[in-house]
Amino acid sequence: MRRHAVLWSMIVLALVMLVPFFIVALNAVKTPDEYSTGGPLDLPSGISLDGIIAFWERVDFGEKLLNSVVISGSVAVLAVVVSVFNAYALGIGRVKGRLWILVVFLIANTLPQEALVYPLYFLANEVGLYDTKLAVIIIFTVIQAAFGTYLLTSTLGGFPRELLEAARIDGANKWQTLVRIVVPISRPTLGVLFVFFFIWTWNEFFLPLVLLISNENQTVPVALGVLQGQRMMDATMTSASALLGVIPAIVFFLIFQRALTRGITAGAVK
Amino acid sequence: MSLVPTSIRDRGSYLLFLIPGGLLLLAVILVPLGMNIGISFTEWSGAGEPEWIGLDNYTRLMGDGTFWASFRHNVGLVVAMAVLPTLAGLVIAAALFDFIGKHFGSKHASVLRAAVYLPQVLPIAVAGIVWSWILAPQDGALNEVLRAVGLDSLAQNWLGDPDLALWSVMGVMLWIQVGYPVVIFMAGMQRVDPSLHEAAELDGASWWGRFFHVTVPQIRPEIFVVLLTCTIAALKVFAPIYVLTRGGPGGSTNVPSYYSFQNFFEKTQVGYGAAIATVLTVLILVLTTVFLRVQNRGER
Repeated sequence: MRRHAVLWSMIVLALVMLVPFFIVALNAVKTPDEYSTGGPLDLPSGISLDGIIAFWERVDFGEKLLNSVVISGSVAVLAVVVSVFNAYALGIGRVKGRLWILVVFLIANTLPQEALVYPLYFLANEVGLYDTKLAVIIIFTVIQAAFGTYLLTSTLGGFPRELLEAARIDGANKWQTLVRIVVPISRPTLGVLFVFFFIWTWNEFFLPLVLLISNENQTVPVALGVLQGQRMMDATMTSASALLGVIPAIVFFLIFQRALTRGITAGAVK
Repeated sequence: MSLVPTSIRDRGSYLLFLIPGGLLLLAVILVPLGMNIGISFTEWSGAGEPEWIGLDNYTRLMGDGTFWASFRHNVGLVVAMAVLPTLAGLVIAAALFDFIGKHFGSKHASVLRAAVYLPQVLPIAVAGIVWSWILAPQDGALNEVLRAVGLDSLAQNWLGDPDLALWSVMGVMLWIQVGYPVVIFMAGMQRVDPSLHEAAELDGASWWGRFFHVTVPQIRPEIFVVLLTCTIAALKVFAPIYVLTRGGPGGSTNVPSYYSFQNFFEKTQVGYGAAIATVLTVLILVLTTVFLRVQNRGER
């Protein structure tokens, strides 16, 4: 009896968490007429893709998706590379003053972006990178790599010394040891970092909002957020836009679920 | 034969690997941070020469009601994003791990966990759009539901009423945030030695008794990490405010991060915006220091 009470209360909780997703999907496939007569809760008589198509064309959603993929993908790759270099020097090389260097990286990761935004905006203008994807890629490579360095240094700190010694005896230099021994063995952790960097960068809003003002450079969250702020969409188009914003996140969630749960656990306890 | 001992040469060449990351950190984080602090001592519209005014921006902050109100709103967000998710997360994680997992199988538990975690993977801006539409006063889904079950009097202008808006934002943030502690705590509970639970059960402890005397003390490190990371996240909140309320109505949901954004880009009071951002930075750095201290003490 009590067992089922707990089970049912958890099921109710899960449904409450999921209801917003259902309502969005339900209304994204309605026609504006159906919405104005039946309101947000009536079932649609059929699946109408008009709202989705209208929204897609209006914001050129394909372009926004591509921008987000290019920015998040580049950041994920570059930030993993930079994290590996940093962590190789700090965790395996144990360079002098590594504790303080590590603290600087950790601080870089926890800083509020508000404290960087105006100088970054100013500097990007000075060097001609304002309103370019490259500026956003460089900035987030550094921000994500700051976290990656912190996490990976503690992982590589426990790297088996025998392997490094064996490589040295075989005549491998530091670069060869990194590429042939350290990277292949750390691949699972690097994979988790890649997934994290990709999703985190995908979800970023504040700095891309400030740095990417022209339409053709905007990412998915920025384009949706700006349009929402203008309050010029009707209800079905708003839910269509929300659905299009939700779908990539759910796709990533399903693809990366295992890596994700493993990753947040790794980040939490160390 | 080189005269330099190998150990020193080794350290030198490892240092080379730190150069690209170090230069990037300097250009993107350290120099801008220094510039921001510098700007906070000036009056500047963003164009022309900044004018040095010393601590004037900071003295002005002390008497600025909007600034203090924005921090009070932030306290509300800390409750909604750190305190409540931690409390709810503990109960939900224990129910899923200790009860559903044991009596109905771990498959059920992980499906339910995934449902609770799902809002966490949404871009916060998208979550904001979903909710601003659900909470819309005229034809929003929440008011429609209330009217459909005959509770017309409870239908509200959720985001447009200055007395209600902050509460609505807090509710949305709770929905977004609660999955994070659930996942972390469930992982922590796997670490707990089952014999502790068995011993407590033999002593006649109830489920709640074991929850308070075994589970909670055993996953203290996780609780601590969650409380601190969520508090820092709550202090940085920007996107939900931008999308849901733009700090309104009447500044009733303004937070320091949005207030500094307004000063930078809407009011072009760059020096004043920089001062707000600097205060926020100091606050977060103090919290991070506390976090590192206590974490180190725990490891020893």
